[in-house]
Amino acid sequence: MNQSSRTPEGRNPEKEVMIEIVGMHKWFGEFHVLKGIDLTVEKRERIVICGPSGSGKSTLIRCINRLEEHQRGKIVMDGIELINNLKNIERVRQEVGMVFQHFNLFPHLDILDNLTLGPIWVRKTPKKEAEDLAMHVLEKVHIAEQARKYPGQLSGGQQQRVAIARSLCMNPKVMLFDEPTSALDPEMIKEVLDVMIELAREGMTMIVVTHEMGFAKSVAHRVLFMDYGQIVEENTPDEFFKNPRYERTKLFLSQILH
Amino acid sequence: MQPETPRNLDQEIRPPVTHIGIIGWIRENLFDGWLNTLLTLLIVYFLSRVIPPLFRWMFIDSVWVGSPQECRQATGACWSIITANLRFILFGFYPYNQQWRPLAAMLMLFGLLSLSRDRNRWSKRLGYAWLFGLLAMGFLMKGGFFGLSEVESSKWGGLPLTLLLSVFGLTAAYPLGILLALGRRSKMPMIKALCVVYIELIRGVPLISLLFMGSIIFPLFLPEGITINKILRAQVAIILFTAAYIAEVVRGGLQGMSRGQYEAAESIGLNYYLTMRLVILPQALKIVIPPTVSILISAFKDTSLVVIIALFDLLKTTQSVLSNPEWMGFSKEAYIFIALLYFLGCFSMANYSRKLEKELSIGR
Repeated sequence: MNQSSRTPEGRNPEKEVMIEIVGMHKWFGEFHVLKGIDLTVEKRERIVICGPSGSGKSTLIRCINRLEEHQRGKIVMDGIELINNLKNIERVRQEVGMVFQHFNLFPHLDILDNLTLGPIWVRKTPKKEAEDLAMHVLEKVHIAEQARKYPGQLSGGQQQRVAIARSLCMNPKVMLFDEPTSALDPEMIKEVLDVMIELAREGMTMIVVTHEMGFAKSVAHRVLFMDYGQIVEENTPDEFFKNPRYERTKLFLSQILH
Repeated sequence: MQPETPRNLDQEIRPPVTHIGIIGWIRENLFDGWLNTLLTLLIVYFLSRVIPPLFRWMFIDSVWVGSPQECRQATGACWSIITANLRFILFGFYPYNQQWRPLAAMLMLFGLLSLSRDRNRWSKRLGYAWLFGLLAMGFLMKGGFFGLSEVESSKWGGLPLTLLLSVFGLTAAYPLGILLALGRRSKMPMIKALCVVYIELIRGVPLISLLFMGSIIFPLFLPEGITINKILRAQVAIILFTAAYIAEVVRGGLQGMSRGQYEAAESIGLNYYLTMRLVILPQALKIVIPPTVSILISAFKDTSLVVIIALFDLLKTTQSVLSNPEWMGFSKEAYIFIALLYFLGCFSMANYSRKLEKELSIGR
């Protein structure tokens, strides 16, 4: 890939590497899910991953914060290599925020407590300070007035925005999104995407697994297409949608863009 | 043209009187169809035959304070078996003139329990109050300092003994059970195997045999001259037994937790201990409140099994009174009385668990 094919604005001119994945393989039992992934993500870079279900895209980003363990190759996250070492893994997880398809908020805690749990217990921030931070972040995702409600009392879109806020409270260097809008009703997708776009404007390094192609077009520096556990195609959004190079990509795009 | 708004949209109509309130309830629940009507009438007839004589026996023809002779002449219940022997039933062989001490200890316990009912009052200070209170209770019971005469624990009995065995039994078994449940789900094979073996072994034997083992077999293994208090041995047996059951119930709750909760906790960097303490256990333990309380209630009642190793708990002191020839034959009254005491204990536990469930379900 040559430098000129990427959109340059918003990216760090010094090309600091944030995540480096080299020759990474993963198996679920006998099943070979990821077959030799090579991927370098720069600081402030935004990547959208798409592909048919079962192609391994979720597994790939779950490997980056070690929710899944890879069996061959290496993953280096901001200079820390992910190996079988609890301290390393916990350090990486503190730096990587993750947003799930099904929000996974803590239903027994109210919104504010959901947000302050990490800062208080992991970062050892004083309670008052953590709550100020949480309120600030809640305002950013336009949901500050719900701070004392419980997750079960919010709509899906609101819950997902809280989930994003919960990750942001840990002040992460990278945000991973695992199909953040696919469990939402259509009218709620936009409010979540808007929050993600704002986040992108602030220069957050993001890897997003999604089929929201509008989002990919307007926000991503690169779009990756995965199939059968491999990165099949990788390009700027413009090129990716206009001139997909491979048959499988064309077929996939024709299925999701009507 | 705009269609006209339906007229009744903003005016509420109350449902017919026969469908709400007491009348509605009676119609719906008691006289709903001929079968229900028949059953209702039958039950009313049955109650009308049973309640009045029972009431007469319990309250009108009964003797509340009197000698056994008066009791035998009366046709009603002989409550004087309770009133005349109350102190023995409640305190067993505890020295008669010192019985204010177990009474004071029990009042302290009840005081602390009722203080702890409200979760808003749970604090470090209350924890210290419990610590201090328990020490003070032990001191009151045992004596030997500050001019209080020493009372051997072999003389402890009655209600204080029952409460001692259950309060310590339940409070120690609960955390132990949680640890066992976590151990059984551990990824470390040794810990997992140990917990599985422990739980299955304990669940495989009746409590009675554990109590026997504690009181007869266990001392055989101790070196000459060392004895361990009998109450303590029974206490340990009860704790070990109850913990195994708690463990299985808690494990059920842990299995009910979705994978996503673990992942969310891990992804914000919480370690295993914090994930369990802050995210998983609060939810899992709440789900299993009803079965947990069932176990605690049955453990409370099972403390009465210590009679078989000759500890004089509430049940045994009552039976001793009944074996006194003067009071022989009034077992109905005596058993009704201790059933009432046990019921009060169990009912308040059940009641508290319902209150707790309600409070914890706020916002969900």
